[in-house]
Amino acid sequence: MDYLIQILNGVQYGLLLFLLASGLTLIFGIMGVINLAHGSFYMVGAYLALWLTRLTGSLWLALPLGVLAAVALGALLEWALIRRLYARDHLYQVLLTFGLILVFEELRSLLFGNDVHGVPIPPALNFSIPLTETLSYPVYRLFISGVCLALAAAMYLVIRKTRLGMMVRAGNSNREMAQVLGVDIPLVFTFVFALGVALAAFAGMIAAPVSSVFPGMGNQILIICFVVVVIGGIGSITGAMVAALLIGIADTLGKVLLPQFSGMAVYLLMAVVLIWRPRGLFQAT
Amino acid sequence: MASTTPEAPIIEGRGLHAYYGASHILHGVNLAVGRGETLGLLGRNGMGKTTLIRTLVGLLPPRSGTVRVDGRDMSGAPPHRIARLGIAYVPEGRGIFPNLSVRENLVMAARPGRRGEWNFARVLQAFPALAERLGHGGAQLSGGEQQMLTIARALMTNPELLILDEATEGLAPRISRDIWAIVGAIRASGIATIIVDKNHAAVTAASERCVLLVKGRVVFEGASAQLRAQPEVLRRHLGV
Ligand SMILES: Nc1ncnc2c1ncn2[C@@H]1O[C@H](COP(=O)(O)OP(=O)(O)OP(=O)(O)O)[C@@H](O)[C@H]1O
Ligand SMILES: [Mg+2]
Repeated sequence: MDYLIQILNGVQYGLLLFLLASGLTLIFGIMGVINLAHGSFYMVGAYLALWLTRLTGSLWLALPLGVLAAVALGALLEWALIRRLYARDHLYQVLLTFGLILVFEELRSLLFGNDVHGVPIPPALNFSIPLTETLSYPVYRLFISGVCLALAAAMYLVIRKTRLGMMVRAGNSNREMAQVLGVDIPLVFTFVFALGVALAAFAGMIAAPVSSVFPGMGNQILIICFVVVVIGGIGSITGAMVAALLIGIADTLGKVLLPQFSGMAVYLLMAVVLIWRPRGLFQAT
Repeated sequence: MASTTPEAPIIEGRGLHAYYGASHILHGVNLAVGRGETLGLLGRNGMGKTTLIRTLVGLLPPRSGTVRVDGRDMSGAPPHRIARLGIAYVPEGRGIFPNLSVRENLVMAARPGRRGEWNFARVLQAFPALAERLGHGGAQLSGGEQQMLTIARALMTNPELLILDEATEGLAPRISRDIWAIVGAIRASGIATIIVDKNHAAVTAASERCVLLVKGRVVFEGASAQLRAQPEVLRRHLGV
């Protein structure tokens, strides 16, 4: 039964990774931008949750306000900075987004200091449900999984079923052709980038009550997100979902089964997948 | 040279100079298409036909010269703004979206709010082969069907001007004939067209006026009938 709890934790972690990795893979797949600052947006989300919860007294108010702030931040960064580098080599994007990591870390240090903070679990969800006579599972973690699944479903519907989604996919496969059919590609790019930033920040916000809020939290998760994107196949949302769940479960179970190699499970999985499928599980078309 | 420049053209390029990096491709090209007019654009391989079209639709900003669409200066404007003024482009090599279904390829191009006879139902009526393949991925179509899809998709925008760059290239003669028939129907519906094709006889037959490009310069501009009556011009510039 212990494993059930580990698997639930792994799934929850995986779904959270999916929120991050889907934005990263979309931004790379559609815009061709390598966004090293993606982890920073996760951190920004966590600190927004901290600050806004203190300010408003409730995570339920903090979440929508934080998402709005993240969308605005994403759109502003794309418009002011990222946009200038589309035509340039990836190296410029790497330099810019690496610079953003440093800027966000420094701002974080100035505004919140270097201590570890906690965000309280909202009272309404601060209880556990019993699984067996001796084991129970915290409802807030189930809530995280549920919200991530709902967002994944919403993303699927937007990308698969709406005109906006068709334009995004069309722009992904042939940018020039989409443009001559009237698609405003710069606007689509602003949308995709802001969406990616908002997803990452939202992940940071809902994770804050269980993961705590600490310096460098974005960089830690960035590496894992790139692993997810590479395993899933660059640009593929479905791939990001499958890979995120695999990584979430492998990482959580790895810590239990092979504690002496904890942390290696993820990279072993990546090595095995890439030997089997060098371009990842799902190649985006 | 007779100047037969139409009045109030839907698109007009003046003194266009275009480059790919350091190579100077267009050397001061003038070209205009009137409303509902069919213009043939002729020239041997590498003479700059595709480059001229890319300059007109905004994919390649001219280094100097102007592009006017419907009287508005659109030089250097992004392609989607030019497209939204009613310019549709069927490129060389087709350019369907293989990751979209046939239906999605068509629907994404529709421009709600624009008037015109071409909607989803009308397009499927004109291209019955596509109606049977709506759920297929764009990549599952044959070459001819892909070409039909690109033309159908361009029509979904209800354009004022449709530009066809080598629409029959690589297609079996029977399918080429179908494409030419469709081009005729499009013309009859009042949409202006620019036609580029290796089959110069078909181009001069289908068009009212022709422009002949040699090394990025216009060497002939005039009525297609006049060109048909002067085979030596075609021989000299097209090598036929
Ligand atoms: N992307 C590019 N970069 C550099 N040079 C190019 C590029 N595209 C075309 N050219 C060159 O520009 C010139 C004009 O090419 P263009 O494609 O406009 O000719 P075209 O008349 O359409 O020929 P074709 O009948 O082969 O399609 C050619 O010399 C070609 O080599
Ligand atoms: Mg060409």
